Amino acid sequence: MTAQPTDIATYNFAYLDEQTKRMIRRAILKGIAIPGYQVPFASREMPMPYGWGTGGVQVTASIIGPEDVLKVIDQGADDTTNAVSIRAFFKKVANVAVTTDTAKATIIQTRHRIPEHPLTAGQVLVYQVPIPEPLRFLEPRETETRKMHALEEYGLMHVKLYEDIARHGRIATTYAYPVKVEGRYVMDPSPTPKFDNPKMHRSPALQLFGAGREKRIYALPPFTDVVSLDFEDHPFEVQTFDQPCALCAAENVYLDEVILDDHGGHMFVCSDTDHCEKRREQGHRGHLAPETPPALEKREPAQ
Amino acid sequence: MYVAVKGGEAAIANAHALLADRRRGDRSVPALRLDQIVEQLALGVDRVMSEGSLYDRELAALAIVQARGDMIEAIFLVRAYRTTLPRFGYTRAIDTGAMLVERRVSATYKDLPGGQLLGPTFDYTHRLLDPELAAGGEVAEPLQRASDADAMPRVSAILAREGLIEPDGDMPQDHIPGDITREPLEFPMARDIRLQALSRGDEGFLLALGYSTQRGYARNHPFVGEVRIGEVELELDVPELPFAVPLGSARVTECQMVNQFKGSTKAPPQFTRGYGLVFGQSERKAMAMALCDRALRATEFGEDVVAAAQDEEFVISHSDNVQATGFVEHLKLPHYVDFQAELDLVRRMRAEHDARENAGKAEEKREAAE
Amino acid sequence: MDIATQAIEGGFADPVFDAQTVFRAVMDAMARPGTLQPLPVFARPPAPLSATAGAIALALCDNDTPLWLDLVLQAPAAVKSWLGFHTGAPLAHTPADAHFALIATPAEMMALDGFSQGTQDYPDRSTTLILQVSDLVSGAPLLLEGPGIETTATIAPAQMPRHFVEQWKQNNQRFPRGVDIILATPEGVACLPRTTRIKTMEA
Repeated sequence: MTAQPTDIATYNFAYLDEQTKRMIRRAILKGIAIPGYQVPFASREMPMPYGWGTGGVQVTASIIGPEDVLKVIDQGADDTTNAVSIRAFFKKVANVAVTTDTAKATIIQTRHRIPEHPLTAGQVLVYQVPIPEPLRFLEPRETETRKMHALEEYGLMHVKLYEDIARHGRIATTYAYPVKVEGRYVMDPSPTPKFDNPKMHRSPALQLFGAGREKRIYALPPFTDVVSLDFEDHPFEVQTFDQPCALCAAENVYLDEVILDDHGGHMFVCSDTDHCEKRREQGHRGHLAPETPPALEKREPAQ
Repeated sequence: MYVAVKGGEAAIANAHALLADRRRGDRSVPALRLDQIVEQLALGVDRVMSEGSLYDRELAALAIVQARGDMIEAIFLVRAYRTTLPRFGYTRAIDTGAMLVERRVSATYKDLPGGQLLGPTFDYTHRLLDPELAAGGEVAEPLQRASDADAMPRVSAILAREGLIEPDGDMPQDHIPGDITREPLEFPMARDIRLQALSRGDEGFLLALGYSTQRGYARNHPFVGEVRIGEVELELDVPELPFAVPLGSARVTECQMVNQFKGSTKAPPQFTRGYGLVFGQSERKAMAMALCDRALRATEFGEDVVAAAQDEEFVISHSDNVQATGFVEHLKLPHYVDFQAELDLVRRMRAEHDARENAGKAEEKREAAE
Repeated sequence: MDIATQAIEGGFADPVFDAQTVFRAVMDAMARPGTLQPLPVFARPPAPLSATAGAIALALCDNDTPLWLDLVLQAPAAVKSWLGFHTGAPLAHTPADAHFALIATPAEMMALDGFSQGTQDYPDRSTTLILQVSDLVSGAPLLLEGPGIETTATIAPAQMPRHFVEQWKQNNQRFPRGVDIILATPEGVACLPRTTRIKTMEA
């Protein structure tokens, strides 16, 4: 476009106005003080659609400062379109340094995964959450589910899991697998695969959850007990994969299935792209890895 | 050998460049100016202002052109801008009784003080496409009688004088109106909050719900007491000043629906109200809102909640089209990780099922052979 | 300096980044109870409101958050007008209406259960107490455990409320209801969220 932009509409630094940030910051503090409890907050419209990470973006925008280094992942990958878009948003509105390196990030915003590289004290993991209420699919009414949390009445959830066992011989929930926090609140871990649930338990990092459309923020302070719901005769177990990553040969990581042709050819590769690249840099090679290792990922400087 | 796909950033940039190109279209056709949209697509602008909850015609016009005419996208653009604006204060409640009326119709009285005023309406136009409009013909100056605001009491006030309609709400004296853009929703909600949510609710959704009440899903015997469209004054109280400061005026559409009510042992027989108020000119939306408002008051009148339109949590949780479109459309985002989890489970269960099946067949064969 | 000048001066030099820095310190302190999160001086409020407590108020309070001041802070008009000018926060009618309470002399403060405890449905609707203390080492040592603490942590804040250990035990028992405490020292902040338990120290 050659036309000069007019001053018809201007936006604040870091997009959110200061009053909104204060409101979200207060909700975050309450969330940390009551682990697993969903704090209602007056979620704002964001410049990306509801359901595309507005909760996570509002949380990140409220905590981020000039010293922070931000990593954004979607499905474990730094290069999926929505992760690219959110990272670009923060580069633009907050002029913040970004990275793909899990270890170097101070804030990691994520959708559907927890990085494979163990998180450390001082890091903050911000989850994008679509439906924060773990009881919502059992009881659609907020008025009812609020009562259940208040009374610590979680029988319905156990009935659901038990019905799974009766019908399928196992608990058929594979992602967004409910957890109990510090023996009190049942919490939705966001749609991460249950593979990631154990990483939440007593993590040294602070975990913040933002649900923009549903207007809820909740939190897990570091070193908080997070236990996946199960039964004595049907203990919780995570997914296992029969083969290692085809690119970096990693085992005990979560894998994506990639379809190679229309004759049933497929392979499994790390869903955490940073983890996979780091391993290949270190010389690990899977059976389908290219000959040369990938170029070193460089930290992108602030503009 | 396999090389992972990269380059999300470039793909996004190229997609947006293509979007800008398609938005502009054929360069030999003059680009739309905002004033053309404001003047000639005024009802579209009104809808964006109303559901975008921001009274600014120029911004709404910009949003419409930026959204290529996609109204929900335009509403979304306006909302995402309004949310960043600092809040200076709250105006006094507008007085629609003192409206400078351009259109006012009542379905309950043949004539009434102030009269019926048709105004700029599609009503009674024959819906025949107009080739003259396509040719860009000149439009004649309209004739309008000057309206007399003093002589145009609201129909609800006329009924209220006879005590035949319920009072106009009874919030406690110290009640501070809520603000759905500043506080999270909480159910059940007070009527002021509910009306705010309805006023920015999706026109199509409210229209369908209002329609459903007419077809018997929570029928509430509505009569349009009055629909009025016009300009209302906005005034702001400033602590330092002894009088309210006039800020200007806004165009609104108000619908007062008069609904039947049998009365109870305690209350005398009287009509009940359903209320609709939206920015700009939109009778359809204001009327649909009034139908929904009345339906949502079911519990207040001790009526059974039997239909969708009466269910507050259902209606209010799903009336916002910006929320709805976001969550519906988010399904196109990658879900590889969750899908893989489900795929793995289904494969395992399938393998177990097949194993059982085969074992069963082997057993049958063995028995047949014996 | 007259009250009007005092009210206007001493706010954040850089409201956006100062507020963010102060909030992050409070957030980290809330997430890791018993740790001191250092803070430089960002605000210069009128005495006896301390620089740290004043900065926390600027970072977190506004016209949506009724504020309660203890007697020592209620007395001077300068404190009220400074907070009013910089935050816009209304003064709470009663401690139970307060979203935040600023306490300059914790040793003389009213009982913790006099503040809003939140409800079982909405435990977040409780008062956050900001206590001004001179340090975290000269008082009775408190051995802490709970979420945010890997094993145990110890702090010894000065000038704590009377019967604090007993009061805090009752606060724990009200969970998920209860108050949270932010300790404002000249060096920085430390927090005691309602989940933090104080283990009785062996004599």
